[in-house]
Amino acid sequence: MSETLQHIVIVFGILFGLLTLAAGLIWIERRLLALWQNRYGPNRVGPFGIFIVLADMIKIFFKEDWIPPFADKKVFVIAPTIIMLTVLLSWAIVPVAPGVVVLDLHIGILFFLAISSIGIYSTVLAGWASNNKYSLLGGMRMSAQMFSYEVFMGLSLMGVVIMAGSFNLSDIVNAQENMWFVLPQFLGFVIFFIAGLAESHRLPFDMPEAESELIAGFHSEYSGMKFGMFFVGEYVGVTLISAMIVTLFFGGWHGPVLPPFVWFFLKMMFFICLFILLRAALPRPRYDQLLSYGWKILLPLALLNILVTGAIVLAIE
Amino acid sequence: MATIYVDGKTYEVNHVNNLLHECLQKGIDIPYFCWHPAMGSVGSCRQCAVKQYKDENDATGQIVMSCMVPATDGTKISVDDPEAAAFRKSVIEWLMTNHPHDCPICDEGGECHLQDMTVMTGHAYRRFRFKKKTYINQYLGPLINHEMNRCIQCYRCVRFYKDYAHGDDFDVFGAHNHVYFGRHEDGVLQNEFSGNLVEVCPTGVFTDKTLKQHYTRKWDMTTAPSICTHCGVGCNTIGAERYGGVRRILNRYNGQVNGYFLCDRGRYGYDYVNSAHRIRTPMRRKSNGELGTASKDDVIGNLKNILARKKKVIGIGSPRASVESNFALKKFVGADKYYTGLSDTASKLVEQVIGILKNGPVRSPSLKDIRESDAVFILGEDVTNTAPMMALALRQSVRQAPLKLVDMVKIPRWHEYAVQDVIQQRKGPFFIAGVAGTKLDDIATRTYYAEPDDIARLGYAVAHLLDNNAPAVKKLDEEIRQLAEEIAQALSKAERPLIVSGISLGSEVIIHAAANVAASLSKEQKRTNISYIVPEANTMGVGLLGGGSVGDAIRSAREKKADTVIIFENDLYRRANKESVDTFLKQFENVIVIDYLKNNTTEKATVVLPAGTFGETGGTFVNYEGRAQRYFQVYYQKDELKESWRWLREATMAAGHNDFKEWDNLDAVVGAVNREAAALRNINVAAPTSRFSISGMKMSRSSARYSGRTAIRAHENVHEQKPPDDPDAPFTFTMEGFSGLKPPALNNLFWAPRWNSVQSLTRFQEEIGGPLRGGDPGVRLIEPPGNISFSFFTDIPAAFEKRDDEFYTVPVYHIFGSDELSIQASWIQELTAKPYILLNRRDAETKKLNAGDEPDVQLSGVTLKLPVKISDAIPQGVAGMPVGIPGMDNVLLPGWVKI
Amino acid sequence: MISILKSLWYVFLHMFRKRVTVQYPEEKNYLPPRWRGRIVLTRDPDGEERCVACYLCAVACPVDCIALDAAEADDGRRYPDFFRINFSRCIYCGYCEEACPTYAIQLIPDFEMAEYDRQNMVYEKEHLLINGEGKYHGYNFYKYAGLEIKGKAKGEGIDEEKPIDPKSLMP
Repeated sequence: MSETLQHIVIVFGILFGLLTLAAGLIWIERRLLALWQNRYGPNRVGPFGIFIVLADMIKIFFKEDWIPPFADKKVFVIAPTIIMLTVLLSWAIVPVAPGVVVLDLHIGILFFLAISSIGIYSTVLAGWASNNKYSLLGGMRMSAQMFSYEVFMGLSLMGVVIMAGSFNLSDIVNAQENMWFVLPQFLGFVIFFIAGLAESHRLPFDMPEAESELIAGFHSEYSGMKFGMFFVGEYVGVTLISAMIVTLFFGGWHGPVLPPFVWFFLKMMFFICLFILLRAALPRPRYDQLLSYGWKILLPLALLNILVTGAIVLAIE
Repeated sequence: MATIYVDGKTYEVNHVNNLLHECLQKGIDIPYFCWHPAMGSVGSCRQCAVKQYKDENDATGQIVMSCMVPATDGTKISVDDPEAAAFRKSVIEWLMTNHPHDCPICDEGGECHLQDMTVMTGHAYRRFRFKKKTYINQYLGPLINHEMNRCIQCYRCVRFYKDYAHGDDFDVFGAHNHVYFGRHEDGVLQNEFSGNLVEVCPTGVFTDKTLKQHYTRKWDMTTAPSICTHCGVGCNTIGAERYGGVRRILNRYNGQVNGYFLCDRGRYGYDYVNSAHRIRTPMRRKSNGELGTASKDDVIGNLKNILARKKKVIGIGSPRASVESNFALKKFVGADKYYTGLSDTASKLVEQVIGILKNGPVRSPSLKDIRESDAVFILGEDVTNTAPMMALALRQSVRQAPLKLVDMVKIPRWHEYAVQDVIQQRKGPFFIAGVAGTKLDDIATRTYYAEPDDIARLGYAVAHLLDNNAPAVKKLDEEIRQLAEEIAQALSKAERPLIVSGISLGSEVIIHAAANVAASLSKEQKRTNISYIVPEANTMGVGLLGGGSVGDAIRSAREKKADTVIIFENDLYRRANKESVDTFLKQFENVIVIDYLKNNTTEKATVVLPAGTFGETGGTFVNYEGRAQRYFQVYYQKDELKESWRWLREATMAAGHNDFKEWDNLDAVVGAVNREAAALRNINVAAPTSRFSISGMKMSRSSARYSGRTAIRAHENVHEQKPPDDPDAPFTFTMEGFSGLKPPALNNLFWAPRWNSVQSLTRFQEEIGGPLRGGDPGVRLIEPPGNISFSFFTDIPAAFEKRDDEFYTVPVYHIFGSDELSIQASWIQELTAKPYILLNRRDAETKKLNAGDEPDVQLSGVTLKLPVKISDAIPQGVAGMPVGIPGMDNVLLPGWVKI
Repeated sequence: MISILKSLWYVFLHMFRKRVTVQYPEEKNYLPPRWRGRIVLTRDPDGEERCVACYLCAVACPVDCIALDAAEADDGRRYPDFFRINFSRCIYCGYCEEACPTYAIQLIPDFEMAEYDRQNMVYEKEHLLINGEGKYHGYNFYKYAGLEIKGKAKGEGIDEEKPIDPKSLMP
């Protein structure tokens, strides 16, 4: 009985914390971007402007939720829910602290890869349902980008799996008690980081949105809460990738003095900030450059990484 | 044709014209001031200088004034030559040394020929450091503002006023650099065409004083092609609006009709549109017997009940309502119950006139034909007061005969001063037979003042002298016989004789006599014309449509057992005497009046609906010539001022009649007129339909530079409304739409790049001074069939015998006052004559009356006190009384009066 | 790759720079005198309206947000009967000021014109007309114009000769 209750607390704790974090990221991102651009950012509403989050949420809840008359209505409504669903589902396998995990699957990584891939449908369907050429182009870019980066995202993780000998994320975290995998698997980390960036279509890899070319791409036609869902989906995606990096390469909850949950949170926040720094600093590459970079450089590197890791592990054994 | 070379390019030109004319014709910009296509060249301003070369080897060339050089074959000139350009620039610079710093407060600004020329020559900086000359201005009456400081001494004003319009109270005074253009003393300009000084003056010396009261720049006005509503000539005008009121009338060039000029009644009579007496809302007689404002739904609901029983309705149309409205009324009530709204005499005479023009051998001339006539015989019309622009055209006709002399000595006709030197005081044959002195007497060869029957007798006598088949006049005085002989000789010598008559005296015999003269002349294979003057804008239109007179309506109302009368834009009290109209209107249960101005008839109405004037509605008028011309709604207004036919349609549809269901725009009505009214066939050719477009765009009413569109209505609501659509016309109400060269019937703005003033007209003409590009608008509905044997009229009246106790009194018309609409303008009222009775000097002596005495005047039961005016130019036994002016209501002339 | 890391580092260092943001309602920016803000109508040195209702500002306005109607006073001066600027449309380009031949219309360094109701952005003449000369001092159009007004007969303007006598033959 108490175990079930504990489970329910974990499930809702993670869900609630995640959504709060995603909302808070609106404020964090704007403040950080401002910080790196010699500005202040939102600092008027509440202490340090934190209540801008509330204001934004109130605004987005009460905005007219308009469906264009030319849109494919059903698909148009379904699309934003998919991204919310997939990123939240992916979070299920992330161990926040020892034993604090929604679903301790022993095929955790595979589950993560599978579910996060379904997220493509969200953008592709949104682009399609909007019935507008820019949105469609955005959707098409998204699918191409995701397909390409999915491949070596999976491959880049294989090094970690080989070293930990398990797909279970808790096992992987435990395998890093003495040494974070980022040291032996540095190449894997870099590839996963870049692929994760592309996966969450954050700047500089936000081709599907590309305001300047595609006027917000797949979500041009979205407004109100449906747009809000895309937005939250993106931020949860950012936390997901950060959490995965921490779990797979930076020892998860491991750390001295502080409790494991805090360590996990701090490490995750570091990567979230890094994501934001990237957005502040880097320009958007050309679309074809993005794809050729993926296929011609990252894919061979990922394969090389598996080969070398496998060879070394075999040799040691 | 000739070939000339301008800056190395070859042009095929007409050798009879001068170089300036031909260069402008070809689209080459040469600055000029004193040249005017209607007034020729005098070479006084020195602005149109170009370089002329003797031949290919001549590299030096010489500066010549292009307006003074004929475009002979092989002429080689350069407009762009730096020396010529510098010369032109220096001319402007000198003109500008004394030109005041006035443009912001000058009414000419923005449509100023001087501004255009200054920019064109490139003069931009004033080097002259000395003081400017100043002049004292004159008061020139309520129509023209004088600002002499701005003068550049081009002499166009005197050339128009004295040489073209033959005015004698305006001239140039002073000497050397002190010349002064004005009157000998302050006072109202007496010429009826003085308003043209505004358009003739290249700068702001003469400006429109009425526009000054609500000044708006050219680019800010919403304009539409319109037709003058103040007489039967049908001059083409441009109505211009800003802030919901008509602000001015500009001339709209039509080579066949008014050409470059307008009369003052037409130019300044527009203010009735803005009048406080306008009916702007529907009205209904309330239970307490008072006429009060009612909602549209209320009134339509009321009409629905009335019109559901359609059989008992009669309709009275109007010569000031459009053809379309009259047609709709006729169609609704049925031909037997429709009346044209003309008075008894007018109705009878218009019918005669149309019969003569349709069947007779002679054609009715356009004003252009009149300008080109070389012998004129006027029977019984005071043309200056009944059809002013025709008078201006007639003034040009006296030049035609002497111009043959000019051709003989091989002087080009555009060489104005040389032409004047040849012509001297010579004038072509011009005969006036009228009841009293007219303003045209100064150019007449001979004048004859007589009672209308005697005028007719003179006409019959002339006809008999020209053609023996015409009936002879018995008991003709020797004096008159000699005069008739002189006239007959002059007419038979002429190539393009013109007979002018009209219905203003209410005399049928004069009309017949004029027809006889014209018919007898036509036997000699000449271009003979006959022009009958009709008083109102659409008198001819209702005449062609056909129907009984107001008198017929009154007489037959009882037997028709009608209980409802619909009156369109007509004040019946101007058409029949008061008592009969009173009893007539009383016998109806419902008197439905659709009109735009409050008048005696609307006072008696049970239902009043607001009609639109030329400003708010569109339609077609037919002028004296039988020319159908379309006028277009000038501006959009929120009040429901509608075409009369539209009100009728709305009311009848509410009542369940479907006669007019298809008439959702003007095109449908015009189409119906064209199909169903045989006499008005081809009326649809007068203008393009509302669906006409160029490059998918409707024409724009406003100029591309129209200002303030996001602020004009911002005080009412800051959220801008969609501009209204116009279902009736190929125009938008805004600056959106096509603004290039429009079809001639749709010209609403004369403007061309670099030519902001009306001088831009050269760009709109097929040939300068000739037809517009695409042909002059309007369509002639009456064309006489060829070779019809004309049977002469024989109703020769007996000679007039004066009575001892009574005077035969004829109507005297006044350009300012006799017209029902223009008199609404305060400035026209200022110029309107006061009531009077005109008597011959001898008659006054026998009656022991001095000028200014106010005897009782008895006329068909009415007694008036009228001051006496004495004249030698009115026959004995005949008196004249002004008509239409305030204080002379209910006076129906001609008739016998007792003093 | 190195350049990407370098730019990341440099952007990161911006964290320690001085902020450029001006904390507006508390801190105010310096506005130069020729700053193009709210539009006013000024008066000439004698306290009369400078505007002569010539319509040049209205026609110069690229968004057509100026509407006025000319009227003439008994003393011969022309003035705008109404003068309306729809500031919800105004783009503060200053063309009206450039077009104005009498220095009447001027843009001043004031931009704090926000309203809760857009209707309040429509300014009428009583809101626009100020009791002063604005930026340009000393100019009185009528002293230079040739027009006669009450208090200035023909020939009394600046650089004007006495009126000529057309009846005289003297040079």
